[in-house]
Amino acid sequence: MIRSELLETLARDNPELRAEEVEQVLDIFFDEIAQRLAEGGRVELRGFGAFSTRERDARKGRNPRTGESVAVPAKRVPYFKPGKEMRERLNAE
Amino acid sequence: MMRSVGTLTRADLAEAINRKMGLSRSESLALVETILSRMSEAMEQGENVKISGFGTFLLRDKAQRIGRNPKTGVEVPITPRRVMTFRASQILKDRIAKG
Repeated sequence: MIRSELLETLARDNPELRAEEVEQVLDIFFDEIAQRLAEGGRVELRGFGAFSTRERDARKGRNPRTGESVAVPAKRVPYFKPGKEMRERLNAE
Repeated sequence: MMRSVGTLTRADLAEAINRKMGLSRSESLALVETILSRMSEAMEQGENVKISGFGTFLLRDKAQRIGRNPKTGVEVPITPRRVMTFRASQILKDRIAKG
């Protein structure tokens, strides 16, 4: 499923909304999550999963093409942990 | 040091939709719920979910392996299972790295 397919499904689920409104809802949904993570916060969607961020220390990396050593600065990276209900649904028979 | 901000929940997402679009609170909350259940259903049916600009929820099939009860040390088989992972898009990674 890609974004446009999710959009179509939501439009069908909500015939009272105009296409641009459905689009806007989806934009707000993902943008709010991204914004909270950018602020260093956490997002918890019970049953689905939780987004958080983790610190990565600075390290020495290598340019894979030239083999040259480069400094990779410390940074914050996104992390996702699926919820219990989601884990169970993926393995239900 | 990063300032500490709270946890964003379904209610906060609904509140943002309510505030920015003027849809009712109950309709906003129902929309949040529908987005999550439609994505969940797709994954339940074995589909990856790719949201451009945000990231991809990827399914991975894990083979059976031998685990160990950490308390007793007894070996137990861990059954094969399907797990969900998230790969953030470069846009999201950049946004988070910058803070």
